[in-house]
Amino acid sequence: MEIDAGDTAWVLTSTALVLFMTPGLALFYGGMVRAKNILSMLMQNLFAMGLMAVLWVLIGYTIAFGGTNNFVGNLDFVGFKDVGMGVMEGLTIPVILFAAFQMTFAIITPALITGATADRFRFGAYAVFIAAWLLIVYSPVAHWVWGGGWIFDMGALDFAGGAVVHINAGAAALALVIVMGKRKGWPREGMHPHSLPLTVIGTGILWFGWAGFNAGSALAANGLAAQALLNTFIAASAAMLGWVFVEWARDGKPTTLGAASGAVAGLVAITPCAGFVATLPAMIIGVVAGVICLLAIGLKTRFGYDDALDVVGVHLVGGLTGALLLGLFADTAINEAGADGLFFGGGFELLGKQAVASFAVLAFSFVVTILIAKAIDATLGLRVDEEAEDIGLDLAEHAEVGYSFSELSSMDRLGHAERLGHDDHADRLEEVR
Amino acid sequence: MKLVTAVIKPHKVEEVKAALRTAGITGMTVHEVKGVGRQGGHAEVYRGTEYKVDLLPKVRFEVLVGPEAVEEVVDAIVAAAATGKIGDGKVWVTEVESVVRIRTGERDLEAV
Repeated sequence: MEIDAGDTAWVLTSTALVLFMTPGLALFYGGMVRAKNILSMLMQNLFAMGLMAVLWVLIGYTIAFGGTNNFVGNLDFVGFKDVGMGVMEGLTIPVILFAAFQMTFAIITPALITGATADRFRFGAYAVFIAAWLLIVYSPVAHWVWGGGWIFDMGALDFAGGAVVHINAGAAALALVIVMGKRKGWPREGMHPHSLPLTVIGTGILWFGWAGFNAGSALAANGLAAQALLNTFIAASAAMLGWVFVEWARDGKPTTLGAASGAVAGLVAITPCAGFVATLPAMIIGVVAGVICLLAIGLKTRFGYDDALDVVGVHLVGGLTGALLLGLFADTAINEAGADGLFFGGGFELLGKQAVASFAVLAFSFVVTILIAKAIDATLGLRVDEEAEDIGLDLAEHAEVGYSFSELSSMDRLGHAERLGHDDHADRLEEVR
Repeated sequence: MKLVTAVIKPHKVEEVKAALRTAGITGMTVHEVKGVGRQGGHAEVYRGTEYKVDLLPKVRFEVLVGPEAVEEVVDAIVAAAATGKIGDGKVWVTEVESVVRIRTGERDLEAV
């Protein structure tokens, strides 16, 4: 096939849309943490846009998309060797565009985990963790599902990353918080979101960017992309209603954070389904995900794991919900390359495959993340010390503050002669404690 | 009546509140303030330039008590706010001439 201008234009656009989701995610999470930790959240997400992109070009892409071995890619495309402007096999877009589009997924998936580990992850340990996790967990799983690996061969479906992105990141988040432990004071002390307006802006950016995530995954500008786009938006809307109405009935008030969380839960759940289901099933998947994820965020207090911003409740549970519901609602009238689910005459076959694929990704990500986390904890230490947690990660880890509204905080600039060396700086921070 | 005022580290607020409740105190006023003492300050770095910030965030508690409760309240605050490190803050007690509860018009000890 030849390169098609319309398809290429849409995937170029989608690549930019998905990239924009990561700063959106930073604001979505950043608003939910305490004011003393806002920058640490923004920084972790922003930094992923640097480190993940560089690693993707150097080696991540080839681990995911080199060859069609069952379990892991080969090294054909190290450093984007032979990843050029020619047409991608089986598609109508340039190879390098496909690789760039996939790069934006590789950036946001590790970034999703930061919500679980908020307020206590040492920055250096975080950087090492996401680098290791990208290469050892994300890239192989992407290979299994999208790179011609065993899940692809088995015929399980994942349109835009229900398993690769959401189940994968959610399982890793659970593993990481189990190794890392709870925030100081949780769950006894209130740790309220410091700025829900930031969270709502972040929700809007995520929702907007998800058009590229899901409709871009059609990898063409066609009817299927349009169906995926509509499915994405209507699932988010329905999920928001599901979450808000149930919390309204249960807790007495419809909340802004509930509406934002519900929309994201719907976006997560429709991700694997977007290009395989019709409009009304997308709406049903959304509303079911909104309600299930609302109930799932209560699991952390029941089981005592401190998933600070509900990455497990929204991404792991939402991803599983979407992946399994796809086994019911998939419809070859929408996408011939898909399959028929239980409700469309396909019997239990697809549902079974969806379950196997989902739980395989969950188990692999969980176990390998435990190992990576233990190794980092034994060497660098995963979390900051208690004093750093008290004064906040912004000052302790980054020597900055997120908000400086008061004239009282005006500062003396230190001259060159007085300029502090690194050790002196550490001493100064020590004084604060 | 006495006014007990305490300036403490921000992350000790919950513990001091709990200690005051245990000491039978139901009302208090809390301010977020900034201050400087022996602790000095800390450094922040923006684009390679280091700045010294000497006014640090602190929290100020004000509690009105009858004379019999003063010692217990002061001890409770000190015990709850202490970390042993520089910058833990201070507690002081001042005499209060009169107090009125606005809703009922009760005065002095009845209003505390």
